[in-house]
Amino acid sequence: MNLKYGLGVILILIIAFAVYNTISTENKYERIDVAGSTSVQPVAEALAQEYMKTHPKVKVNVQGGGSGLGIRSVSQGIIAIGTSSKELSAEEKGSLKEYVIGKEGIVVAVNLQNSVDDLSKEELRAIFTGKINNWKELGGPDAPINVVVREDGSGTRKAFEDLIMKKTDKVKSDAIVQTSTESIKLAVEQDPNAIGYISLAHMSSNVKAVKLEGVYPSLETILDGTYELQRPFLFLTKGEPYGAAKDFIDWCLSPEGQKIVEEEKIVPITS
Amino acid sequence: MSRWTEEFFIEKGLLLTAVSSIIIIALIIIFIFMEGLPAIQAYGFFNFIFGMDWAPSSGQYGVFPMIIGSLGITVLSLLMAVPLGILCAIFLSEVASSKMRRILNPTIQTLAGIPSVVYGFFGLILLVPFMRVQFGGTGFSMFTASIILTVMILPIIVSVSEDALRSIPQEYKEASLALGATHWQTIKNVIFPAAIPGVITSVILGMGRAIGETLAIIMVAGNVVQIPGSILDPVRALTSNIAIEMGYATGIHYNALFATGIVLIFMIIVLLILANYLHYKKKVTIGGGYL
Repeated sequence: MNLKYGLGVILILIIAFAVYNTISTENKYERIDVAGSTSVQPVAEALAQEYMKTHPKVKVNVQGGGSGLGIRSVSQGIIAIGTSSKELSAEEKGSLKEYVIGKEGIVVAVNLQNSVDDLSKEELRAIFTGKINNWKELGGPDAPINVVVREDGSGTRKAFEDLIMKKTDKVKSDAIVQTSTESIKLAVEQDPNAIGYISLAHMSSNVKAVKLEGVYPSLETILDGTYELQRPFLFLTKGEPYGAAKDFIDWCLSPEGQKIVEEEKIVPITS
Repeated sequence: MSRWTEEFFIEKGLLLTAVSSIIIIALIIIFIFMEGLPAIQAYGFFNFIFGMDWAPSSGQYGVFPMIIGSLGITVLSLLMAVPLGILCAIFLSEVASSKMRRILNPTIQTLAGIPSVVYGFFGLILLVPFMRVQFGGTGFSMFTASIILTVMILPIIVSVSEDALRSIPQEYKEASLALGATHWQTIKNVIFPAAIPGVITSVILGMGRAIGETLAIIMVAGNVVQIPGSILDPVRALTSNIAIEMGYATGIHYNALFATGIVLIFMIIVLLILANYLHYKKKVTIGGGYL
């Protein structure tokens, strides 16, 4: 019998604690849910962390899930702010309001051993559609080109295809599909014949960035527009934002917030 | 509480727990069908099942290459894991000394406890480069994925088969040996045939894990939607397709992913029926052997 009472008491305590917790957090904090593009996630997290330091009453909760999820959730009103790393189509846009928090470059990466270091947009298009299949044709060694792409729906892929490929083009059918920037980097790092695209923020010395039309990807070339492979990072709200969400977005666009954006290797919009 | 009411509540309580699992699975299936059927209706059943192109951005939803991909990976890994697993189980149950078994058994069980993402990572870092150097291509392939799966389903096949082999009545073995059969003849003609239903169960369980495995496969299979020309070509499995695109899918694409789930469920049901039929058949033919 003792055991039963003990269990009962513990159960009641747990329930009481849970109830107290939900009630008290609701009173103490204002919550902003942010979700969407995995490319935007690191910079959104950095922004949220800084913001919460100066605004202890607000809790910003940043999640990934992909641009599509961000757009869908914010349209359904599940979250306050959706993030996207691609321009919205007219169908997706609906009543959403867009805030560009920064611009990011997409880097075409090859293996460190690869001797090719400058490609034109036409060449890139030919590589990714499968018209050029050997590095020899680009002045490299006689080896097949192993194309690595992101999955259909990824913001990075969408942006890359919009900028490099024509509407009717299709990525060559035997291109390896990897589901994150990091795994593309890993594939390119290990395979001397691979080529893939990653975001500038994830660029590191394990892989080699290729110049596009003679322009090397960097914060400066993205800002002045000479490096063409770039895309906006968007915050989306359903209609006009209000309350804490509005304050957060305003803060992100302020010089203070834009400084954090720049630290994350994203090109700030002001400056 | 009177004895009668106690009995009543316990009986009904047990019934409820038993029924709840049925309710849960029914709810899941209903939900998947409700979400998935619109896509099949809109795109056409035959176009969906036998369509060769999966390109959601241009509105094409054919899953046939992925059905082949899933089956290919599963069959290939079973081809490697079943002989290996059964021989290992025979060794453990019949040949190994108890000391050896004390070391081997926990080791194999640990293999079963390693999370699939760890296997996938291992495959991505070590196996993929190895395959590229040995066989050329990119290293991401159906074969690479099935090697990883082989290691993942091996412990299931070994431990369930071993249990089946060890639960054969001692008298069978004694009778066979008393008739002058050697140990290997006894294993081959008496113990193993009697344990076949249990061995089939182990293969079913292994197959279930193989066909449902997602994460490790995504990391090493290359995820290309194509019918592989050889085992060294990259493929995409049905499960991978759902996991890769779920985060982005909207509208009919979203429904199409649920429809992929329907295909997966049907494939598993067919395989289960087939396996259960074999199980049943073998059970009858053994005569005295019952497990």
